[in-house]
Amino acid sequence: MKRFYGTDLPNPLMLGTAQYPSPAILEQAFRQSAAGVATVSLRREGAGGAGQTFWSMIRELGVLVLPNTAGCHTVKEAVTTAHMAREVFDTPWIKLELIGHTDSLQPDVFQLVEAARILTEDGFQVFPYTTDDLIVGERLLAAGCEVLMPWGAPIGSGRGLNNEYALRAMRAEFPDVPLVVDAGIGLPSHAAHAMELGFDAVLLNTAVARAGDPAAMAKAMALAVQAGQLAHQADPIEARDMAEASTPVIGKAFLS
Amino acid sequence: MTVWSVIGAGVAGLAVASELVSRGARVQVFDPGGPPGPHGCSWWAGGMLAPWCEYENAEEPVLRLGQQAIDWWADRTQVHRQGTLVVANARDLPDLRRFARRTEGFEQVEQEKISLLEPDLHGFGKGLHFSAEAHVDPRQALNDLYRQLCEQGVEFHQKLAPAKMENAIDCRGLHAREYLHDLRGVKGEMLVIRCPDVALNRPVRLLHPRMPLYIVPRGDGIYMLGATMIESEDSSRITARSMLELLSAAYALNPAFGEAEVLEIGVDLRPAFPDNLPRIRRLGRTIYANGLYRHGYLLAPALAQGVADLALENKHSEMVDEDRP
Repeated sequence: MKRFYGTDLPNPLMLGTAQYPSPAILEQAFRQSAAGVATVSLRREGAGGAGQTFWSMIRELGVLVLPNTAGCHTVKEAVTTAHMAREVFDTPWIKLELIGHTDSLQPDVFQLVEAARILTEDGFQVFPYTTDDLIVGERLLAAGCEVLMPWGAPIGSGRGLNNEYALRAMRAEFPDVPLVVDAGIGLPSHAAHAMELGFDAVLLNTAVARAGDPAAMAKAMALAVQAGQLAHQADPIEARDMAEASTPVIGKAFLS
Repeated sequence: MTVWSVIGAGVAGLAVASELVSRGARVQVFDPGGPPGPHGCSWWAGGMLAPWCEYENAEEPVLRLGQQAIDWWADRTQVHRQGTLVVANARDLPDLRRFARRTEGFEQVEQEKISLLEPDLHGFGKGLHFSAEAHVDPRQALNDLYRQLCEQGVEFHQKLAPAKMENAIDCRGLHAREYLHDLRGVKGEMLVIRCPDVALNRPVRLLHPRMPLYIVPRGDGIYMLGATMIESEDSSRITARSMLELLSAAYALNPAFGEAEVLEIGVDLRPAFPDNLPRIRRLGRTIYANGLYRHGYLLAPALAQGVADLALENKHSEMVDEDRP
């Protein structure tokens, strides 16, 4: 498995920490899935340590913490939030999210590249939430990112991999870059699909947090991610148009 | 005869005092804030007695224990038994279907029935009507409890409770976190608006993937708009974003709310344990009753009954999670 800024993930599942019915259920979801990374938002929970109690619960999960800039719409906001995150969680990791469109929460890739450059120069290790556009991916790498996180579908939409072709192209274009499908995953089959395409990890939140039984769904996602990863490593067969019998039929009384 | 000292005169403390008195116990109440008022978070609550709706995102005890609340409150204050109407904009209908799957006790309603229930709601083709739900005006409820307790001879002391009291029942919400280390605050923000142009008969919940909000009629064209839920312990001010979200929800229900006057802005912290369910703990000579979260009025009766069971009969209700007298 590829390393993320020199760190090995214990498990290719990254889970968000928003929208759970309670912190106790959030914790169960992490226990059940053994997710390796927890993303956590800071923008709304506020500066001045107002979110400390919740954040210490996240720290106590004992997983890698990937703070994010969810809810930021400008470079300046995102950079400020990233600095706060570095202080609160004592990590150079930052999931950079710069929203360009209120309804689809589509990333503003122009500001994203700019913010990625500023933060990288400042010593951050940036995980950019981006679209599946190859040129944007190249620009992010040129700005110093060593991980790319393209969307599967808009945040919270649960639509799965909207553009499999583009994600395949991205995998082929950046064979050595750790790639994470971030956003749009609704079902374990979507997560497995991403891993089958050769992605290195999957990041999701709503699909687990808003499920009727978040802990069970988290476990289902973990199993799916593992299945997809194994399948990718096992070199799956190609699809074909005609049947290919798995046992020879010539010489058997197959017409009787 | 034992005198029970209830510390804190918010919804938890007053409910506990009321339950104890109704079982014949002698009670006094300490609260340096004095009679019910804006110093307590229950002053800012929605007052919805909506166990079926809440079950959408809460655990089973909220549904079961919450159902007892309506009759408990009806014995003590005015309960509005108008039900709850849940609606969503057309593009958020998946949220309405999800809501329906996760709960019970509703009737699916279409545009015609919605107009019948709430003539001033426009443009909602589908909804859920929870006819058995109810609501109280939280301030009226607190004042009624306070007045009844005074009439029943309960003494209210407007000061801090003396240290190391016998038979103390600590209902101070977040102020008790020094003794309850797993208690946290969850920020809530609300608005009170006046809009005589719109007449709503019952609490209406507007589902939205990121900001589900509700509006509760208080009579005379006054409405309570609530409430945000933020994992933050800063209760100093409302944020612009929260205010925008609250007002846009009202505006989405009826654009006439755009002309409403903003009467009050409320910000406070809900006391909550990690599973967002209330707890009763007896530690030494003090019983702690806390963690009502967003279910102050819905679960205070069950909490009060649990405290009375423990204090008077040494019976352990399901809310008791620790007993080290």
